[in-house]
Amino acid sequence: MTDSAAALTRDQRIAARLASRHASELRFKALGFFAVALSALVLAFLLVTMTSNAVGGFKRAEVHFPLDLSGGLLTVDPAQLNGDDPLRVLEGAGLRDVVQFAAAKALGDKAAAEIDSEGWREVADQIVSKPALLNTTFDVSVAASDDLASGLRGEGQPAIVAMARDLAGKGQLHTALDLGFLTRSDATSPQSVGIWGALKGSMLTMLVTLALAFPIGVFTAVYLEEFAARNRWTDLIEVSINNLAAVPSIIFGLLGLAVFLGVFPYWRSAPVIGGMTLALMTMPVIVISGRNAIKAVPPSIRDAALAIGASRVQTVFHHVLPLALPGILTGTIIGMARALGETAPLLMIGMKAFVATPPDGFTSPSSVLPVQIFLWSDEIDRGFVERTSAAIIVLLLFLLVMNSIAIYLRNRFENRW
Amino acid sequence: MSPAIPILLALALGLVGWLVARGRAWTMRRIAREAGRDLHSLPSYHAWYVALWIVVPALLFALAWASISPNLVLAQVLADPAAVKLPAFGFQRDTILAEARALAAGSGDAVFNQQARPLIEPFRSAMQRFGIIGTVLTLLLGFAGGAFGFLRMRPDFKARTSVERAVMGGLLAASLAAIFTTAGIVASLAFETVRFFQFVNPLDFLFGTHWGPDSMATPTQGVETNYGALPLFWGTLFIGAIIAMLVSIPLGMMSAIFLTQYATPTLRRWMKPILEILAGVPTVVYGYFAALTVAPLIRDFGTAIGISSASSESGMAAGLVMGIMIIPFVSSMADDSIAAVPQSLRDGSLAMGATKSETIRRVLLPAALPGIVAGIMLAVSRAIGETMIVVMAAGATARLTANPFESMTTVTYQIVAMLTGEGSFDHPATLSAFALGMVLFIVTFLLNYIALRVVKRFREAYD
Repeated sequence: MTDSAAALTRDQRIAARLASRHASELRFKALGFFAVALSALVLAFLLVTMTSNAVGGFKRAEVHFPLDLSGGLLTVDPAQLNGDDPLRVLEGAGLRDVVQFAAAKALGDKAAAEIDSEGWREVADQIVSKPALLNTTFDVSVAASDDLASGLRGEGQPAIVAMARDLAGKGQLHTALDLGFLTRSDATSPQSVGIWGALKGSMLTMLVTLALAFPIGVFTAVYLEEFAARNRWTDLIEVSINNLAAVPSIIFGLLGLAVFLGVFPYWRSAPVIGGMTLALMTMPVIVISGRNAIKAVPPSIRDAALAIGASRVQTVFHHVLPLALPGILTGTIIGMARALGETAPLLMIGMKAFVATPPDGFTSPSSVLPVQIFLWSDEIDRGFVERTSAAIIVLLLFLLVMNSIAIYLRNRFENRW
Repeated sequence: MSPAIPILLALALGLVGWLVARGRAWTMRRIAREAGRDLHSLPSYHAWYVALWIVVPALLFALAWASISPNLVLAQVLADPAAVKLPAFGFQRDTILAEARALAAGSGDAVFNQQARPLIEPFRSAMQRFGIIGTVLTLLLGFAGGAFGFLRMRPDFKARTSVERAVMGGLLAASLAAIFTTAGIVASLAFETVRFFQFVNPLDFLFGTHWGPDSMATPTQGVETNYGALPLFWGTLFIGAIIAMLVSIPLGMMSAIFLTQYATPTLRRWMKPILEILAGVPTVVYGYFAALTVAPLIRDFGTAIGISSASSESGMAAGLVMGIMIIPFVSSMADDSIAAVPQSLRDGSLAMGATKSETIRRVLLPAALPGIVAGIMLAVSRAIGETMIVVMAAGATARLTANPFESMTTVTYQIVAMLTGEGSFDHPATLSAFALGMVLFIVTFLLNYIALRVVKRFREAYD
């Protein structure tokens, strides 16, 4: 009797303990799921915030009015527009004032003062691309001033907000897709900035980085995997590479500042110096991925090549390296993607200057996309917030494309031996 | 004249030499075979031999010329009568020269400084002159090298041996680049740090509690009181090693455990890359996110719970976002360490009737602990070296505070702040950036070194 009662309570105790153990199992699992979900949600939140801000960054406020050039208001010979500097010809003919006058006539004096002062250039481009517009009346869209643009968003002085509402009601002010954002360069007003200059700077910088880091990285990987003797020098090289892979990026900037700018002081903020600095950062990534790819090529390939009389150099360059190339390229693209998003070392070597024209070579002053984002992020104007987010989206798209290519290469070409 | 021209010329000359030499080697081989013999090396090795002799000396010279010719140009311009009117030295003189140089090179737009105008023409002619000299010398060297290579072409010449020796030399040189880079980092940091310590006592720097360098003051002003880096070290540790780790260690560990032990293969296949995206987002984007979205939220939260000093730039904002960034790093390290625990330990625990979570908590984690600790050390080393997030979200005020809602500053922030101004390299404020960089380098190096040693030993324990 007592036996079965004790057994019952023991069973009950076991059941109770099991239930609590299972509950704790469930809690643990839920905690794990919560951690993954939270991380994914933060990522989603980040991307959604950026995208929703960026939508406005690809648009701008434009003023819309008719421009009457009939009656020979502009005395310009269409033939002159084919010359070297048609913009100067049109400026000389007084296009700036003509546009201002037409705006005043259509919108009123106060509103005409709120069109972008360099807006006539867009009209000029329109005329240059279609000279038949001379001596006709046609509609033009000109960027609104910063104040008017924020007025359209309902910010700023009440007078400006009222004016923006009034113009928008009459259909003379609206936001339109601004493809020029992708073709213009840095400026002081959020209405007229663009990212082409920074994007071109980034591309030139990446070219230099690739040209330096890829050969050096691959050669190092080949040497360490295929030829190096096991001795103290090899150990030193390996320790250096593992250490470099973990050094904070800003330290590379300090090196670039002290060494590269010390040797080439005239190339301050030029893509060539930026590329050299980033190459030092990218090289260890390429070496490490390259070594793994070379290691993955089975020894039988080497043995077969050596057996039919190839030299060791021939074996490596004709057989091992081509087979390891997809893996090396994957690592290279990932390293390049990291370099493309890098900001801190480039700040150190002075790539933070205001550069309003796209760089015309590897040695001319330039900005790069991440630094441009950093510079714009300091501006408080709401327009710059949108432009910054738009630039971030462009940068993320580039990274997405690069990483997709890397994943594709890995899946498509990687051999399983 | 662009410095790229001699380089491109050298490469083009090398291509021509390669083609010509290959043609000649083919002919040589035909003649030799008619005589019943053969070449020692394949024709392409003869071609490579000649091409290397053309390109390597010419390229080395072109690169060297690119670094010295600006100085030669400057020397010639300064010898010009127009340069007499320049200010004798200093910042203004450099600006004028730089502007004249840019205009002469065609990369500037307008003349801002009237004194630059008379110098444009001397600059242009000097650049042209030295550009031509450089190009001609490059071509001459290329031709000389090519001629030397060409003259050595014989049927019994061991071109392959020579080319392979050159390749080996190239491989060795490439792998020495890593050593040179490390040495360059150490040397440049050490050099400037020593110069800094000539102004500031190292003990004042490491243990002083007030940080406030002024690059406009005279160099010797405040060297005893204004260079105490302790608040920076504290801010760095507080943001990178405390707040960020409080976020990333639990989230990263639990993510790794869930994805490796519980998730279905499909979920794992989707969630793992998504977490890895977190590591691929550029830090400037995180910084912008921290400054624009997270920091105001945290300030409002701080004000709501009654902290009056809550600021719109806070250690908390930077630390939280940095923690998010580090999650994939911690999670992949934890993943590796758990995977390295032998299956027998896991099976043993499960066979004893332990639940999965008990196995993980009581068997896997203790067994994987050394690897996890090493992973956390690597994560800390990455967090304290992170720059853009703290530059954009943490603030500039150096203070010793444990209040995460106040703005605080870090080592990396101050490096950026000290070097992006117009400070001169003879001022302790500018040099302090290198001393801070030295501290950062040493600390991250030690963290990495110890972590890698731990990982290595831990792996060996189960092999």
